[in-house]
Amino acid sequence: MSSPFSINGGACVAMVGKDCVAIACDLRLGLQALTVSNNFPKIFQYGDNVFLGLTGLATDVATVSDLFRYKVNMYRLREERQIAPRTFSNLVSSSLYERRFGPWFVSPVVAGLDPKTGQPFICGFDSIGCIDFAKDFIVSGTATEQLFGMCESLWEPDLGPDQLFETISQSLLNAVDRDALSGWGAHVYIIEKDKVTKRLLKGRQD
Amino acid sequence: MEVLLGITGKDFTLIAASKAAMRGATILKASDDKTRQLNKHTLMAYSGEAGDTVQFADYIQANAQLYSMRNETDLSPSALAHFVRGELATSLRSRNPYNVNLLLGGVDPITHKSSLYWLDYLASLAPVPYAAHGYAQYYCLSILDKHHHPDITLGQGIKLLTLCTDELKRRLPIDFKGMTVKAVTKDGVVDIQFDDDKVVKAA
Repeated sequence: MSSPFSINGGACVAMVGKDCVAIACDLRLGLQALTVSNNFPKIFQYGDNVFLGLTGLATDVATVSDLFRYKVNMYRLREERQIAPRTFSNLVSSSLYERRFGPWFVSPVVAGLDPKTGQPFICGFDSIGCIDFAKDFIVSGTATEQLFGMCESLWEPDLGPDQLFETISQSLLNAVDRDALSGWGAHVYIIEKDKVTKRLLKGRQD
Repeated sequence: MEVLLGITGKDFTLIAASKAAMRGATILKASDDKTRQLNKHTLMAYSGEAGDTVQFADYIQANAQLYSMRNETDLSPSALAHFVRGELATSLRSRNPYNVNLLLGGVDPITHKSSLYWLDYLASLAPVPYAAHGYAQYYCLSILDKHHHPDITLGQGIKLLTLCTDELKRRLPIDFKGMTVKAVTKDGVVDIQFDDDKVVKAA
């Protein structure tokens, strides 16, 4: 219960669709069982279609998201182009491993489309940067077990953007309802070739 | 048993802090002011470990004032909150971190929007409509959930605060010696006269 990963609570999930990807997170910030805020988004944007979801210790979610904003801004200035999701994932991995013996207590999830091919790309990490490439979905946070169950049963290959939105939303919403430490609303991003749709889900407020 | 409370309203942010300075079970002082004014439109309340609190608050206050003098502009409440979070987050992973919990309230000098930031010793930052720290959270957040509205007036805010302090007097085992109450409005920080002598009997 006092693991740094489960003090504040929170959940995040990413999914692959047909020529699109989706990433979603809950909005809870808590201190053990007490909810402090129901407006704490855990997804951050680092390019036209590069998104990072961060669950875990809230202070590290803020610190790490700020750190990557700095690193990606520096990359963009140096390279005079946007960072690609795969490059960004390697940046996340190496940055986390820099803190091998005193890690940031976060479980990141990257979702995006390859800028050249338009191929969907998702991956997840452990707190010290081991990358988990996946063809279907990635889950993280205090509701991982519930999310695995929901995604395993709802996800199928080649979902269109609208179907993917429905699938990821139902997966997240129903997973967090079985986890006391996450929930209280959700943000869902659907990423297509030249369109990103952000939807705010109200969700159960109890 | 330190109490920090914060409530935002239409055009103000109320910050209240208990007046008791405690050391173990002893009350050393009954008129302690656990707040610091960072600039004209921002007020910070603090609680936590004895030495750390004042040391950290003074450091933040000095830096906020230095910024205002150098740039002839005040930092916005949001900017200050993120600055404080950065300092606390750096300290968290140092050899001896500051053990300080904060509430940062303010009114944006340009947009006149009121804001309140909840910040704990781990440097978790959350913008909130109302907040509390310590045991007060368990007693007051439910009351505020029920009665708070984003566009309440200052009078209604003070009534809401009284509702909270009454409950604290009723349920906290130790007397916290009343509250210092301050309101941040577009005209700056004003002290609010708050009745501490009202006796609330436990049920």
